[in-house]
Amino acid sequence: MHKSALSVKPSGTTPDAAPFKRVNYGVAICEAFEYLLENYPEVFIIGQGVWSPWYVGSTMTDLDKKFGKDRVIDSPVSEAATTGAAVGAGLCGYKPIVIHPRIDFMILACDAMVNQAAKWSHMLGGQAHPNVTIRGVVNRGGEQGAQHSQALHSWFAHIPGLRVVMPATARDARDLMIASVLCDDPVLYIDDRWLYDFEEDLPPAKPVDLRDIGPQYLHEGNDITIVGASYSSRLALDAAKTLAASGVQADVIDLRVLNPIDPTLVHESVKRTGRLLVVDGGWRTCGLGGEIIAGCAETLDPTVWKAKPQRITLPDAPAPTSRVLEDIYYPDEQTVLDAARAMLGGR
Amino acid sequence: MTRSTWPNRDKNEVTTLGDLGNPEKFNTPIALQNYSTTTLKARLEDMIRIRVVEEVIADMVRAGDVKCPAHLTIGQEATAVGIAANLRKTDRAFGCHRSHGHYLAMGGSVQGIMDEVLGKATGCSKGMGGSMHLFAQDIGFYGSVPIVAGTVPLAVGAGLAAKKDGKGDIGIAFFGDGACEEGVVHESLNMAATLDIPVLFVVENNLFSSHMDIHLRQPTDRVARFAEANHVESVTVDGNDLVAVIEESGRLIESMRRDPRPAFVEAITYRWRGHVGPNEDIDVGLRRSMDELKAWKGRDPVNRLALSMFERGDFTQSDLDAMTAAVRAEVEDARKKAYDAPWPEEKTLLEAVYA
Ligand SMILES: Cc1ncc(C[n+]2csc(CCOP(=O)(O)OP(=O)(O)O)c2C)c(N)n1
Repeated sequence: MHKSALSVKPSGTTPDAAPFKRVNYGVAICEAFEYLLENYPEVFIIGQGVWSPWYVGSTMTDLDKKFGKDRVIDSPVSEAATTGAAVGAGLCGYKPIVIHPRIDFMILACDAMVNQAAKWSHMLGGQAHPNVTIRGVVNRGGEQGAQHSQALHSWFAHIPGLRVVMPATARDARDLMIASVLCDDPVLYIDDRWLYDFEEDLPPAKPVDLRDIGPQYLHEGNDITIVGASYSSRLALDAAKTLAASGVQADVIDLRVLNPIDPTLVHESVKRTGRLLVVDGGWRTCGLGGEIIAGCAETLDPTVWKAKPQRITLPDAPAPTSRVLEDIYYPDEQTVLDAARAMLGGR
Repeated sequence: MTRSTWPNRDKNEVTTLGDLGNPEKFNTPIALQNYSTTTLKARLEDMIRIRVVEEVIADMVRAGDVKCPAHLTIGQEATAVGIAANLRKTDRAFGCHRSHGHYLAMGGSVQGIMDEVLGKATGCSKGMGGSMHLFAQDIGFYGSVPIVAGTVPLAVGAGLAAKKDGKGDIGIAFFGDGACEEGVVHESLNMAATLDIPVLFVVENNLFSSHMDIHLRQPTDRVARFAEANHVESVTVDGNDLVAVIEESGRLIESMRRDPRPAFVEAITYRWRGHVGPNEDIDVGLRRSMDELKAWKGRDPVNRLALSMFERGDFTQSDLDAMTAAVRAEVEDARKKAYDAPWPEEKTLLEAVYA
């Protein structure tokens, strides 16, 4: 179950002979929406830009035309109301999906997400569950600056009751969306525009149970464990391939589900490799990288470690605009390689 | 109009824009009242400067030199210039994603914005913000940022501070019709009214919020109704009539200075370029057509003012040409210097985070 979809070579057909289809991450999200709207009448979509390819790229093309503007609702500039309304409809038997074309704008919806949706079940004795999926898109680079670039997964993964998923592959872009919408709990689904062009052969869509999904290997090896989520899993995978060419074998673990987090796979891997490098697309302080390292530090025997665990994060500063600063702001494959090689004693 | 099984619903219809929303109307020369030619020439030049700066920025975007998102205000110049005509350096104005015009109208430096859109250390925000984050506090421009409606309560706070200072200054929030859909705008109106805070809410109602026209987003197109609901004095004005904007906002601002309380100006206008970027296209406008854009160009604020001045007889086409050429030369000079300006140092990334 935890084996990577990527490492499975498609045979051209699934057991029931339906063909694999080559799609990119962006289109895979769209396929999830189509599958859900097609098969579940209680699913509807609300949010800004859903009638415009300009906002959400290839991820929602023509959904309004296929399924009607009453099931695919473009909204006023009202993040708080759209999200709160989706929580309410989710309490009344629907499976709403809210679209925030930038996760930065979703901050205006925090009450509905954090005070309401995340706590509803618990504070009312587990008797009601807002079945709502909130999609926040990470959209950075291009000199957009501080209010248009954030990666806030660590913030939201801190909230009990709010599931947080972050697909790194096209397959997961589709399947985690399906799993999120079919899940009875509120789920924050975070996708990253830097991943939209990555392609993969996908089998036909089918229902997915989010509770069955946890971290997965994207690459296997015994020398170092590199952990990522979403785009940072890609960086880790690219680095692992480069390292493999020079004889270093890395485990790459793609977390996929940040909350509730299942650290078992990471612990197993680090026990084998003795080296842990976390690549976190967010900031350093109180972030995902620190959480993964802390979990290992608490759990593993101190003798396991062959090198001090390390994390790669953004600098603790808002995103700059000027290209000279943007260039040094975001980690890339080289950042991961440098950190990994330093931990491997220069190998 | 098919929702009328509700008998009282139609009461609301009096709150539409009517002819102000129809580009075939209000497209003749404007009434200059008793404004002197000297004053009008200065304001006309302000409008032309905004337009030329943005035309040059559009070229720089097309050339790939400006990479940050640039939301151009071409076509809407009269609102910024008309409001700014009534402001003083000690007032405190806040802008939004589309604020080149507000910054320039208040006297922001052309060099500062040219350097900023290129990300240079000499820019008005030291190269840390680009087009969407402008700053010139020395002239009363406290900052523009792109989270829609984010600065509206900040302007309320600035008005509150001004009231405490007791010198008759005011806070100003520049925002759009789309921003009125954010809850915080309504909290801000209610609070400003309750606490008698001298803040001027300036809505440039250009009938669009990116790809969505106002009829897809609101039940009626006149946003001053939100001010009325909160007992904030308001006016809905032809935002492409410079003199009307100066007059209407001036009347409100003058009483705000004497007797602190909020006010609301809704200026009806239209942007000529796409929501973002350099092109005069229909881009993401679902129901925006080239024909509609052409009709709105008939309400060109620059042209209408110039024509009125020609009619009055103390300003000619060749005066206008000379004015435009001089502004263009000034802006081109700034463009050249901007390319040669230095980049921010790497240490700025961390040094600017805290005071
Ligand atoms: C909180 C938030 N939500 C959404 C956006 C995306 N967005 C940027 S500009 C804009 C349109 C705003 O329209 P309006 O306020 O009318 O200003 P205009 O662009 O017409 O000048 C939107 C929706 C944003 N920047 N911030």
